[in-house]
Amino acid sequence: MHAIFLTILLSPLVGAIGAGVFGRWLGRTGSHRITIASVAVSAALSAYVFYLYVFAGAESYNATIYTWMISDGIRFEAGFLVDRLTATMMLVVTFVSLMVHINTIGYMEHEEGYERFFSYISLFTFSMLSLVMANNFLQLFFGWEAVGLVSYLLIGFYFKRESANQASLKAFLVNRVGDFGFLLGIALVVGYFGTLDYAEFFDGLAAHAGTSVMFGDTAIHMLTLMTMLLFVGAMGKSAQMPLHVWLPESMEGPTPISALIHAATMVTAGIFMVARLSPAYELAEGTLTFILLTGAFTALLMGLLGIVQTDIKRVVAYSTLSQLGYMVAALGVSAYAAGMFHVLTHAFFKALLFLAAGSVIIAMHHDQDIRNMGGLAKKMPITYAALLIGSLALIGFPGFSGFYSKDGILMAISEADSVAAQLAFVMLLVGVFVTAFYSFRMFFIVFHGKESDYVRTHDIHESPWVVTLPLIALAIPAVFFGGLFVEPILFGDMFADAITVAPEHNVLAKVAEHGTSALDMLLHGLMALPTWLALAGVALAWFLYIKRPELAPVLAQRFAGVHATLRHAYGFDRFNDIVFVQGTRRIGEFCSRVTDSKMIDGWVVNGTANAIAFLAAKGRYAQTGYLYHYAFVMIFSLMGLLAWALW
Amino acid sequence: MDMMLQVLAPELLILIAAMTLLVGDTFWGHRHKALTFQLTLASIVVTALVILASFSTTSVQLFNGAFIRDGVADVLKLSMLFMTFFAFLFARDYLVQRNIERGEYYVLGLLSLLGMMVLASSYDMVTLFMGLEIMSLALYAMIAMQKDSGFAIESAMKYFVLGAMATGLLLYGMTLVYGNVGSLQFATIYQTLATTEQSLVLSLGLVFILVGLAFKFGAAPFHNWVPDVYHGSPTGITLFLSAAPKIAAFALMFRLLIEGLEAALMQWQSILIILAVLSLVVGNVIAIAQTNLKRMLAYSTISHMGFIILGFLTGNVGGYAAAMYYVVIYALMSLGGFAVILALSRKGFEADNIVDLAGLGKRNPVLALVMLVILLSMAGIPPFVGFYAKLVVLTEVVEAGLTWLAVFAVVMSVVGAYYYLRVIKVMYFDQPAAQNAHDADFANASLRYGLILVATLVLMLGILPDGLLTLFNDVMMY
Repeated sequence: MHAIFLTILLSPLVGAIGAGVFGRWLGRTGSHRITIASVAVSAALSAYVFYLYVFAGAESYNATIYTWMISDGIRFEAGFLVDRLTATMMLVVTFVSLMVHINTIGYMEHEEGYERFFSYISLFTFSMLSLVMANNFLQLFFGWEAVGLVSYLLIGFYFKRESANQASLKAFLVNRVGDFGFLLGIALVVGYFGTLDYAEFFDGLAAHAGTSVMFGDTAIHMLTLMTMLLFVGAMGKSAQMPLHVWLPESMEGPTPISALIHAATMVTAGIFMVARLSPAYELAEGTLTFILLTGAFTALLMGLLGIVQTDIKRVVAYSTLSQLGYMVAALGVSAYAAGMFHVLTHAFFKALLFLAAGSVIIAMHHDQDIRNMGGLAKKMPITYAALLIGSLALIGFPGFSGFYSKDGILMAISEADSVAAQLAFVMLLVGVFVTAFYSFRMFFIVFHGKESDYVRTHDIHESPWVVTLPLIALAIPAVFFGGLFVEPILFGDMFADAITVAPEHNVLAKVAEHGTSALDMLLHGLMALPTWLALAGVALAWFLYIKRPELAPVLAQRFAGVHATLRHAYGFDRFNDIVFVQGTRRIGEFCSRVTDSKMIDGWVVNGTANAIAFLAAKGRYAQTGYLYHYAFVMIFSLMGLLAWALW
Repeated sequence: MDMMLQVLAPELLILIAAMTLLVGDTFWGHRHKALTFQLTLASIVVTALVILASFSTTSVQLFNGAFIRDGVADVLKLSMLFMTFFAFLFARDYLVQRNIERGEYYVLGLLSLLGMMVLASSYDMVTLFMGLEIMSLALYAMIAMQKDSGFAIESAMKYFVLGAMATGLLLYGMTLVYGNVGSLQFATIYQTLATTEQSLVLSLGLVFILVGLAFKFGAAPFHNWVPDVYHGSPTGITLFLSAAPKIAAFALMFRLLIEGLEAALMQWQSILIILAVLSLVVGNVIAIAQTNLKRMLAYSTISHMGFIILGFLTGNVGGYAAAMYYVVIYALMSLGGFAVILALSRKGFEADNIVDLAGLGKRNPVLALVMLVILLSMAGIPPFVGFYAKLVVLTEVVEAGLTWLAVFAVVMSVVGAYYYLRVIKVMYFDQPAAQNAHDADFANASLRYGLILVATLVLMLGILPDGLLTLFNDVMMY
């Protein structure tokens, strides 16, 4: 097993180094061959591991492969913790990554930096795998930062474009805020548990269930504080409000990586982390409520923003934000399995949506504005079908993957009996309607709307097979994955070896009373509100954008205030700009001018440097080069030491 | 008799090689120029293999306890052989270009190596002194081999006169200790000191011994010879001088001070603190003002010696192991550093000024990268091994309750980082002077691959520091 895991992890790294360092000699074809081959090896072995764990019932594997150092009794290690949760994530990551690798051949065909791009996405695959396969916080943190770094590099991939540089910087800085919390959380783990190892950490939880941290006279429940800080990290990485601002702008990167990193895998790292650490979160009620509300607000408010977007990728980006909100909300009611289930289904259908959007963008010669599209349905049938399937899965149309996972979340939340849960439930229900509306708004405008001048005057055709093949391959799990796995994941014990739920929190057990099979869910779903809300959203979109397209601008004018609020994304960016960016710059300028230039540089640094330079210059003269001087110094020093010793 | 041969095999091999080559070279020296060189390297490799094959951590004594072979001796000898091997390998082309490659160079080198190995195995004062003198006399002669260079003659002269003086002081110290204890054997001295009251005469003797040791290390304030000799010697010889003899200096201090006089810890600890502090200050501060790379590295050596002394003054086994680790790592880095200068020099152009490295990042990226790795490692920046060497020494210093000294050493390292980084800046950001603007290819493959090997070692040992460190701790325990 050991060798297999190591191969899965390192193979993409080999590919990345191959394409990154030797890309110059390998050329474009060589670079994509080596990276695709290396990721394919990972994917095939992951599929085998998935089979072993999920179907053949292999024992969970927890072992250290390398000890970096031991300092003060804390072991800094790299190791693998592979159970059914990890095996599933590994398969999803490598499979989506493989599809994206293939798709990239078509998307990046005429772009510069082809080898560099392949090297980055393989490096990303390696980083993400090391994150999900980690058996300790150090490696988790390594993977966490590494995926962040690659994400930064890829958002700024078109580094000649100012907006891409801005976006990558923004993603980096916002994630830094989250990572700061994450690091503090890990510091608490080390401080109180004296270990970085998951297993030892879980063993120590019971002993620390009542521990408090004293801030002056105020006692704060240590586990609540710790889980909260770790969740701040998750908020950054999984783009929860108010740390979501970087994700829409991350769309500056090439579309394949939006599919891989900013939809399918990296942004779900936060959800994975919380699920992995569920034993700790179960002991922190306060954190769970906070998580629930954060998720619900993000799901609804970010969904609303999707309605007013005109960039095809931004529509999908806001839908990602909204769906991440659903996953996080599920964590908040201890339905970790439901959250993870949505992570998995979402990975497939969102990657599908992004790659389909990418295919549209290729056809439109890299124009992303949906107002310039329209009537593309007949010109690109495969893309059309893919986007339709993705959208149906996204809105939770009965029978599609997204239906099972989203319904699972909604039912779980409806079974939780706190006030916060009720509020969240209402928000998420409205969110379902909104999701359906903006998804099909985009869909109708792009494919069924009136052909724009651009479409009429240009030759628009279906993308090559390297682009459409991944669409087909992703469409299959986007339809079927949910139905096949809903029972083992939500109600069975598929993730039972990884996820711990306290009996009094176990809302999924209550959901199970309504029936546990996919068919039960389907029948129940057909009669329940969410399905009808979704259909109502689709219908409204059809009415506003196909039946009576003249109405939409009128409505926008009538509700100008609301429209403007949404266009400006509730002013988060402006607020951040004025308070944090400008404010920090002011403080920075003050520090630079006064404390830094005058006090630190002037007195301390230059002072010290001048003093040392002076000493050095004077010291040189001691080195006269005369033998008798040296001999004298020696004898003189000997006398000094003698005096010292015999005093 | 058999056992005696086995224990003495490494020294005997080197001795036989030196004698054979001394005679043989006069016969074949004119016709087969490379033969002596090749045989020298071969004899070093064979000796290293012999040591490896019979490596053990148990200790065996010979000649009534005058000679010892134990784990520490073996590890030190292996390190010396490694450094000498590469010093010869790197230096050959340089020496050939300057017409100073003669058989005597290798013979003297081997004799010096023999002295170092005897030193590493010495277990009484006579053996120790004999090893020290064999090593030093050969070194003086090696430096003076470039007869047409005023600098080389001057440094050899300085080194010789000052070295003789230091040896005299050391010898005087030893006689005082002998007078006090009544024995030359370290084991006896150790036991006597542990059980008897310590006298004034002993203290006096200790000071003289420490001065002698400090000179051999090049620790301040007995460091004046270091920059002049490093600078004045031909680079090919500086390379040799800066690596293996420092390991020998470690052996000298370890055998004499630890195995012989450890019981007088109270008396020598404070003096070592003074030496360490002064070395750190002098080494790091004055290096900043240097414009000559060889002098800069000489001062950096002084500061590294401060770190090694820090390991000794902790007075516990962990500290000695840390010092041993540091000295071996230092020798490796120093070997690399001087070899880079060697790689850049041509006939009539020594390339030993810092400005000569300008633009090296473009002129020879591989060489620049090697130098970068070595400089960063010397500055103590992770993940390079120099960081771990500093870390283990500092950990031991803190363990010994001398936190202030550790803090001081760190502050001085920060000061020192400046001059290492400055060289990196020159290499990568400065424009080369017009006469240096051409590409600087490696003169030969052995330099290229040898340097890549050294840089790789510096990196790999930094990533996987445990193995070597554990080994050093293990041999030190016995």
